[in-house]
Amino acid sequence: MKYKIQVNKLKLHYGDVLALKKISIDIAENSVLALIGPSGCGKSTFLKTLNRMNDLIESVKIEGEVLLDGENIYHPKIDTVMLRKRVGMVFQRPNPFPMTIYDNIAYGPRIHGQSKRTLLDEIVEKSLTGSALWDEVKDRLHSSAMGLSGGQQQRLCIARLLAVEPEVLLMDEPCSALDPISTMKIEELVTELKSKYTIVMVTHNMQQAARVSDYTGFFLNGDLVEHDKTDNIFTRPQDKRTEDYITGRFG
Amino acid sequence: MVTRHSYDQELAHLRQALLNMGKAVDKAIDEAVIALAQQDTELAHKVMNYDDEIDQMEIDIEDKCMVLIARQQPLARDLRIIGTGLKITTDLERMGDHAYDIAKIALALNKQPLIKPLVDIPRMAQMSQKMLKDSLEAYTTLDIGLAEQVCLNDDEVDNIYYQVFRELLTYMMEDPRTITQATQLIFVARYLERIADHATNIAEWTVYLVTGQRRRKK
Repeated sequence: MKYKIQVNKLKLHYGDVLALKKISIDIAENSVLALIGPSGCGKSTFLKTLNRMNDLIESVKIEGEVLLDGENIYHPKIDTVMLRKRVGMVFQRPNPFPMTIYDNIAYGPRIHGQSKRTLLDEIVEKSLTGSALWDEVKDRLHSSAMGLSGGQQQRLCIARLLAVEPEVLLMDEPCSALDPISTMKIEELVTELKSKYTIVMVTHNMQQAARVSDYTGFFLNGDLVEHDKTDNIFTRPQDKRTEDYITGRFG
Repeated sequence: MVTRHSYDQELAHLRQALLNMGKAVDKAIDEAVIALAQQDTELAHKVMNYDDEIDQMEIDIEDKCMVLIARQQPLARDLRIIGTGLKITTDLERMGDHAYDIAKIALALNKQPLIKPLVDIPRMAQMSQKMLKDSLEAYTTLDIGLAEQVCLNDDEVDNIYYQVFRELLTYMMEDPRTITQATQLIFVARYLERIADHATNIAEWTVYLVTGQRRRKK
């Protein structure tokens, strides 16, 4: 098994507060890792360390290393723009740009220097197909993305990521603002996408972690308490705290 | 787009695993009875060794069901597919054990000639095997009519069992030297009768799977 990401003794401070305590985890390529845990446990903070989104917050201090294909992304020579192209992110609330569906998808490739119309057309179709949205929007590519439903908007945001050909997809509660059917569509999509990408997903929904992930990590108070194959975490967790959390007997 | 496609596939895999196990058990019963009737020592050993594989199939199916429950939160028919899967795999494993028991008796009886050529026992085996195949067919195609038919056929197997029992009893009363062999053959008939009962269970679980209603036991 090849590891796409290896995190070694990662510590993160917000000012004086230690938000992540020496996290170490290897993330297998072409797998889905779900991160679960109560609010404030550090799972979203951890997710953001994987493409250096925390750099934007001033009081944050990071120790340890995160290797992407063996290369430390916290090395001073790393170009964070290129890093975030390789490691893209989908957020809790769909955040399409206030422009057409087509332009939303073409935005990234254009920024990265692509201007040939035929190539952009190709990228738009491929990305929307990849996020299972093409059939629903192919006849209205030039209408506003804001007119799409929440679930469609979220798949648009995923297509927008795919358009810049990332390697890793980070998803921060991608379904928490969606209805059950849209949620199932995103989950099915995640299962399809893992053949090409490595996916790390934060979710408050334990059942969702159980359904879509290959591996699950349980965070508590800034600690990665346990991580293992999802089959194991949900049938025979090793740590009592994990068992209490997943069976709803927490606290 | 289709939702829960991978889940549906896993449910299909579960069904296929049960069918494969059913085929393995059917083969074991078949060969155990041939080993007995033809006093084939090698075949009897083969059946006995094969039992470990059948046991492993049961464990794999149980694990698959446990993981599906944990990961997919099954409801309604999906839940019944998994619940009945857990029950059916137990029935199949028991049938496999009985095939093993028959093969063991075949080994014990291969030293002396049989007191009579076996007629009713192979016939019972055929009927029980047909019930097994039909019950699995009903399970796969969700055919309640066929499942009901399997349940009715069980009476016939029961009747032959009593007939064999009485016949072998007569042998023993007439000639005590037949007692060792005849009691063993009564056991074989009993195992086959139990195999038919397990096939009936599978048929009953199929009715539950399709309708959600429990079929009343006799």
